[in-house]
Amino acid sequence: MTPNAALLLLADGRLPAGGYAHSGGFEPTARLQGLNDAAALEDFLEGRVTTSGFVAAAFAAAACAAAHAGNIGRLGQLDPELDARMPSPAVRAVSRALGRQLLRVITRIHPHPVLATLDPHAHQPTVFGAAAASFDLSPQDAALAVLHETITGPASAAVKVLSLDPYEVHSALARLTGLLDELAVRAAAHALDDPDQLPADASPLLDIAAEHHRSWDVRLFAS
Amino acid sequence: MTDTHDTPRTRSLRLGVAGPVGTGKSSVIAMLCRKLNEEFTMGVITNDIYTDEDARFLRSAGVLPSERIRAVETGACPHTAIRDDVTMNLLAVEDLEKDFAPLDIVLVESGGDNLTATFSPALVDAQIFVLDVAGGGDVARKGGPGIARADLLLVNKIDLAEYVEVDVEQMVKDAQSARDGRPVLALSKKMPDTVEALCEWVRQLHAAHSRGVHTPTDPGPMAPHFHATDEGGYEHSHESGDSSGEHAHH
Repeated sequence: MTPNAALLLLADGRLPAGGYAHSGGFEPTARLQGLNDAAALEDFLEGRVTTSGFVAAAFAAAACAAAHAGNIGRLGQLDPELDARMPSPAVRAVSRALGRQLLRVITRIHPHPVLATLDPHAHQPTVFGAAAASFDLSPQDAALAVLHETITGPASAAVKVLSLDPYEVHSALARLTGLLDELAVRAAAHALDDPDQLPADASPLLDIAAEHHRSWDVRLFAS
Repeated sequence: MTDTHDTPRTRSLRLGVAGPVGTGKSSVIAMLCRKLNEEFTMGVITNDIYTDEDARFLRSAGVLPSERIRAVETGACPHTAIRDDVTMNLLAVEDLEKDFAPLDIVLVESGGDNLTATFSPALVDAQIFVLDVAGGGDVARKGGPGIARADLLLVNKIDLAEYVEVDVEQMVKDAQSARDGRPVLALSKKMPDTVEALCEWVRQLHAAHSRGVHTPTDPGPMAPHFHATDEGGYEHSHESGDSSGEHAHH
């Protein structure tokens, strides 16, 4: 039986891992690309989840599989591969900061030996995969939860950044659920790939936006 | 409640400073650093809402080496960062303690928020809530978790009282009656005796913390709430000494 309740716990935005301070690149993209309505947000979310979100999901699935197998060496190979897939230093730094925060939370709320083997500054997908394994979740569960966070983070930020109807925002999220399920299956299919063969879909505009965002004097979100 | 992994050598006194926007939290922190940095080694974490303005202000004030002042960005949720999800702040405090060990005191400045925002005891050992006379003489009487139960309530900028027609004595009296004997200090950076009283409070807190006799308390933030009963229900709050409505919260 899938431990569904544990999956919900991990995927819940109320998990105190600091995700609320980030917009997943939506704040800078909205300004730089002139996004100003719910349709533009939906396009943004779809773009993010099918590129960097899909990469994160595949890496989370791979980390989950490695943790289940007790393959610590393979877990350690994932972070350099993620670095290589994140050309923006700002994006790399945020991914590692979120990973560190998540590791802190999971270590406290659900101690497990596999967590102690991780680099304290591991990337978020790596930590997420290991955390999912510690709850006996599958690689596909880990992928789905990461995909979920990939769109819910920017969506909740969007209602603060733009003048959007929160119902319209959640309608967009509702329409994307099918895509998320499909992507989770595809991401999990990579769980046993060699680390250098894992997906490398890129989102160059998000990388550029992240670099711009770091230089802003005034911003609502940390990324 | 605070992290059990800390060793005594690196664990500082973590002191939160909360209060509404513009009441002088950054100035109070600058004042404490300036007055106490010969007695204590100190560090500061700021929580700005949109910028790192507060960290920049403190660095430019030159009260501490600038690398001991760090900003945490709270994504427009300053209350969340000190209360429901303290992870970013906790890591920032621990990093500061490790990088500049041993620190005696780390001050954590909340991003200016409203009257209900208070620190979690998972993040700080004690907290100061800052009001100012310019915010209105009646604010202290309104109470709330920070005003009623913070370890110390400051009524700041009392030198401005005559210009904003506030009776400081009355405001302090209101605050005292809202606080059930907990300390209230009137403060003005232009009145050295009030500054000294604040410094003395911090010294005593640090001494109590070092001796292990200080126990973190939690000021809030549970609001008065409603319980349905057969008779129609009742509303109550969890003020200390309120034993009339004891019940479990699940």
